Amino acid sequence: MELRSKIPSGPIHEKWETHRFDMKLVNPANKRKYDIVVVGSGLAGASAAATLGELGYQVDCFCFQDSPRRAHSIAAQGGINAAKNYQNDGDSVYRLFYDTVKGGDFRSREANVHRLAEISLAIIDQCVAQGVPFAREYGGLLANRSFGGAQVSRTFYARGQTGQQLLIGAYQALERQVAAGTVTMHARSEMLDVVLIDGRARGIVVRDLVTGAVRSHAADAVVLATGGYANAFFLSTNAKGCNVTATWRAYKRGAAFANPCFTQIHPTCIPQSGDYQSKLTLMSESLRNDGRIWVPTKQGESRRAADIPEGERDYYLERMYPSFGNLTPRDVASRRAKEMVDNGLGVGQERNGVYLDFRDAIGRLGRDEIAERYGNLFDMYQQITGENPYEVPMRIYPAPHYAMGGLWVDYNLMSTVPGLHVIGEANFSDHGANRLGASALMQGLADGYFILPYTIGDYLARGGFRPVTSSHPEFVAAERAVDHTVQRLLDVNGARTVDSFHRELGKILWDHCGMARTRAGLEDAIARIPAVREEFWQNVRVGGTGQELNQELEKAGRVADFLEFGEVMCRDALHREESCGGHFREEHQTDDGEARRDDEAFAYVAAWEYAGAERDPVLHKEPLTFENVALAQRSYK
Amino acid sequence: MRHVVTLYRSSVGKKVIMAVTGVVWVGYVIAHMMGNLKAFQGAERIDAYGEFLREVGVPLFGHGEVLLLARVVLIISIGLHVLCAWQLTRMSQVARPVSYRQAPHLELSYASRTMRWGGVMIALFVIFHLMHFTIGNIHPDFVPGGVYHNLVAGFQSWPIAIVYIVAVGALGFHLYHGVWSTFQTLGANHPTYNRYRRWVAAVIAVAVFAGFASVPAAVLAGILR
Amino acid sequence: MNLTLHVWRQPDRSAAGAFERYEARDISEHMSFLEMLDVVNGQLIEAGRIPIAFEHDCREGICGACGVLINGEPHGPKRLVTTCQLHMRSFHHGDEIWVEPWRARAFPVLRDLIVDRSSFDRVIQAGGYVSVRTGSAPDANATPVPKRHADRAMDAAACIGCGACVAACPNGSAMLFTAAKITHLGSVPQGQPERYGRVLDMVARMDAELFGSCTNHGACETACPKGISIDFIAQLNWDLIRAGLGAGAER
Ligand SMILES: Cc1cc2nc3c(=O)[nH]c(=O)nc-3n(C[C@H](O)[C@H](O)[C@H](O)COP(=O)(O)OP(=O)(O)OC[C@H]3O[C@@H](n4cnc5c(N)ncnc54)[C@H](O)[C@@H]3O)c2cc1C
Ligand code: HEM
Ligand code: HEM
Ligand code: SF4
Ligand code: F3S
Ligand code: FES
Repeated sequence: MELRSKIPSGPIHEKWETHRFDMKLVNPANKRKYDIVVVGSGLAGASAAATLGELGYQVDCFCFQDSPRRAHSIAAQGGINAAKNYQNDGDSVYRLFYDTVKGGDFRSREANVHRLAEISLAIIDQCVAQGVPFAREYGGLLANRSFGGAQVSRTFYARGQTGQQLLIGAYQALERQVAAGTVTMHARSEMLDVVLIDGRARGIVVRDLVTGAVRSHAADAVVLATGGYANAFFLSTNAKGCNVTATWRAYKRGAAFANPCFTQIHPTCIPQSGDYQSKLTLMSESLRNDGRIWVPTKQGESRRAADIPEGERDYYLERMYPSFGNLTPRDVASRRAKEMVDNGLGVGQERNGVYLDFRDAIGRLGRDEIAERYGNLFDMYQQITGENPYEVPMRIYPAPHYAMGGLWVDYNLMSTVPGLHVIGEANFSDHGANRLGASALMQGLADGYFILPYTIGDYLARGGFRPVTSSHPEFVAAERAVDHTVQRLLDVNGARTVDSFHRELGKILWDHCGMARTRAGLEDAIARIPAVREEFWQNVRVGGTGQELNQELEKAGRVADFLEFGEVMCRDALHREESCGGHFREEHQTDDGEARRDDEAFAYVAAWEYAGAERDPVLHKEPLTFENVALAQRSYK
Repeated sequence: MRHVVTLYRSSVGKKVIMAVTGVVWVGYVIAHMMGNLKAFQGAERIDAYGEFLREVGVPLFGHGEVLLLARVVLIISIGLHVLCAWQLTRMSQVARPVSYRQAPHLELSYASRTMRWGGVMIALFVIFHLMHFTIGNIHPDFVPGGVYHNLVAGFQSWPIAIVYIVAVGALGFHLYHGVWSTFQTLGANHPTYNRYRRWVAAVIAVAVFAGFASVPAAVLAGILR
Repeated sequence: MNLTLHVWRQPDRSAAGAFERYEARDISEHMSFLEMLDVVNGQLIEAGRIPIAFEHDCREGICGACGVLINGEPHGPKRLVTTCQLHMRSFHHGDEIWVEPWRARAFPVLRDLIVDRSSFDRVIQAGGYVSVRTGSAPDANATPVPKRHADRAMDAAACIGCGACVAACPNGSAMLFTAAKITHLGSVPQGQPERYGRVLDMVARMDAELFGSCTNHGACETACPKGISIDFIAQLNWDLIRAGLGAGAER
């Protein structure tokens, strides 16, 4: 397998411009002769499907939810970045580019990131024109805030519902195309395989989640926009349905999986409250602007927070990072919280959190001001925990949140399988080893509205296809394989629930491939996951049949894939003998406990190739070069 | 024109017709109620008022012509009002073919829940009422033109008086929801003034009820005789 | 705490359904309502029975997937929350809880508590968008939008498309949902060119989907987890009347 990144030559700020000119165009009259399958209707998928439909292609779009509007993108709260410099605070395309490369801890491609920063401008224009109700100032112009520790205010937001509003914008554009007849929407449909003919992706196999019917859709190109895999951990901030299935099945068909161990743990989530817990809820990072994070100095502290005197509180982030304090980047803040809890300083009944205290902020600004800024978040917290954060400090703990890793793609967003394009969180491209706040939404929309519609045209215009239909033997074989897997899952008929396996896997990954990783831990995980997998296939109980709406069956298929994927994740983490971004190997840290990168040995993208069920995956490396941003150790002291 | 047709065909368009016809009737009942209050000023005043109604518009119109016009408008209005009520009710029944075991009990106002049956009650009442005071065929001692006499004689029978009071009570409820609903239906909506809409509806509803009910009540109490 | 559940079970769209009774034992007050159902389902699976199907995804009140009628109230007894945000703190030991799907002709039951809400998507298809070609937009700050208008648009745009308004409405009307979209797009300058055509088309689609008519009960507003106001229904009516009288007829 050859990893050809196809990065255009020339100065960084001219690459995309040059490339757009060099790409071939599809004759407008011919566009409707091309069928494109888009899997996913999140920001990336919906924006791509809408734009492709508008260009005149025949698009089939799929999602597993009942409506494209419910894709997981809807849950994003904080905002979306763009280098508009509307605040006149010194922002620029170059600065956004620079911050993103640095924030990604130098494990992303410069050319991709620069393109993303350039396109960020057009995204905001597009969304405003669609009627997205971004926050505004009294003068009627767009408001911005600073987010995730950025030094400039470049984040656009719509209350705490930015993802929702952007997705509704893209969804409406999509529905407009559905009405126009260029896009056919297939909701409640789960993609279970990619079909290759003559070495190119020529369609997919989907299962209708209502009737259970397994069907194929032939196309000239396939786009995966299926989101991230943070649910491998079972407990995460992702929606319950988020999965690795689509990308994993593509991986098994030859698409390389890049940097699977790069996962982001978000520092401000509500801690787990019991074994029944089904997901973790993110509390916006903006809380760290005014809340102070602390733990008691004494292990096993049993007093209520209010009774612990100032001298017995450790505001550890302020102590360790005097200049950034409570606003240190996500990975640092997360790791320190884990350290505190591991040292027995955790708070709450389960001793699994740290305090995020607003007492001083309320004293300084008044309760009303705090309510004005965070009222809805405080309400949400109270709803979930039953505690009133105006009176007792919040308890927070990190939780898996985002997957920087994903299918490997070249500059054209095409995977190692010709014709198979991957966009949004599902690909690995722009965030390196750590994603900055408010940049996932930006990437999803950049890919979907402004990059893929061009690059896929180039792929199609280069031609060389022969016509295929879904009755081609490859489709028939793939359908049969899917049917077979479904039947196998049903036939096990064991004693344990699907969730119990998922929880077990999640615990292994969280303990050993979570915030801090060690060689021994990872080796242990790699040894244990196959055993869980084996038991799954012998003892899972699904129930029902394959010819009906069967939610356990849906879950079982996804968990089966996580059980395979989790192992590759650990392998990747094990092989990367350095710490960078969200990947922290305890063996590789500086004297004061900071991540230590090894740019000599590991400045590359690790792309794993499937080598068969019985064989270990094969590692391929795409070297990363940094011509514009000088490699430097991050420091937030 | 196409737009008017589209509007009429839509559920909202039908609702608009109900609101407009409702308003016509609201105007009528308020005027009628104020006219009735003249009974407290004595027989001559109210009888003269009955005559006045027939003289409105003279000499531009002939005797009773304006009244006739008003009757036509009122009949058309009530016809459309009932027709649309019927169509919308059918639509709502179709919309929920399987009912809940436990219907959502979300602070629906009594008035809003009783619009349909309340409306039917009002319709039955009006028919009865016309036979009673206008045609007089079920009135025990009907004197054409003798409004005051007819009133006092008619309400001597306490069951009849109670029927009237109950009926205007139903009308009050219909209006309490109906008037507010009219603002909503006709889109009279402004953040600053919305909170007064309920008040206006309540004032009209109570005034109409109290104004109408006062006459039979006064006869029963022996104040009017 | 221990609870008795009566849950609507229906194998598929065409089958007849009925309530079944389940005992939920040792439920923690910290669980969400859906986690409570997870626990019941776990026990059903282990007992070799078919678990209760219910829709959910984000489990934090934003995707709009979840939603059932709990003791006669859409999304349960608490105001301004979705079913997934409802916690068992709102119930007491020994309570009997009746759980039903949304019921409306336009929301046919697919299985147990899951209904098909694609009619909402079709209402949006009828005009719930601004026709803007990708890449053709002017600079985002080219048209200032008064904050008041932007805020009103956002208030309306907060709708999550859950369908509780339809479920709560005695007429099975989708007016609140439709009105929220009309108001969202009608409150910003970008939505003006298509404003009147949009309202005519969306209302026609809403009727064609066999939603009921609105008689201004206001139950929808009470049930709505996002606090969408029925003032927006008045806004829709206003726009529709103006459209009917020819506003925007040049479209
Ligand atoms: C709680 C939370 C808050 C966040 N806040 C922010 C923020 O403030 N700013 C920011 O920039 N980012 C934020 N993010 C990250 C960001 O929301 C996501 O990375 C981004 O929305 C992903 O978009 P996507 O289009 O790639 O995928 P998704 O939105 O996840 O969409 C995936 C789509 O694929 C479909 N799909 C998946 N698998 C299959 C299958 N097998 N078959 C068929 N269809 C399938 C799904 O139905 C869905 O339509 C947040 C994430 C979380 C969890
Ligand atoms: C013939 C008997 C009548 C029937 C069957 C009837 C029925 C109805 C019904 C079913 C509604 C709609 C329900 C709703 O909006 O909640 C309604 C609304 C209304 N009715 Fe009547 N009604 C009758 C007579 C009257 C009268 C006599 C008046 C006035 C004096 C009146 C005034 C109104 C008003 C103002 C509305 C509100 C319209 C709107 O919401 O837009 N109705 N009526
Ligand atoms: C206690 C209450 C009422 C009293 C005492 C009363 C009295 C009368 C009288 C005396 C007349 C005959 C007037 C005449 O012929 O000159 C009359 C006519 C009429 N009333 Fe009433 N009325 C009452 C309530 C109502 C209500 C509630 C309605 C309607 C909702 C109503 C509708 C009518 C109509 C339609 C006529 C016929 C007018 C015409 O065309 O001549 N009345 N009423
Ligand atoms: S208006 Fe409210 S209840 Fe109706 S779909 Fe939207 S959010 Fe749900
Ligand atoms: S409850 Fe129904 S009647 Fe109208 S105001 Fe709400 S849609
Ligand atoms: S599961 Fe998303 S709103 Fe309840």
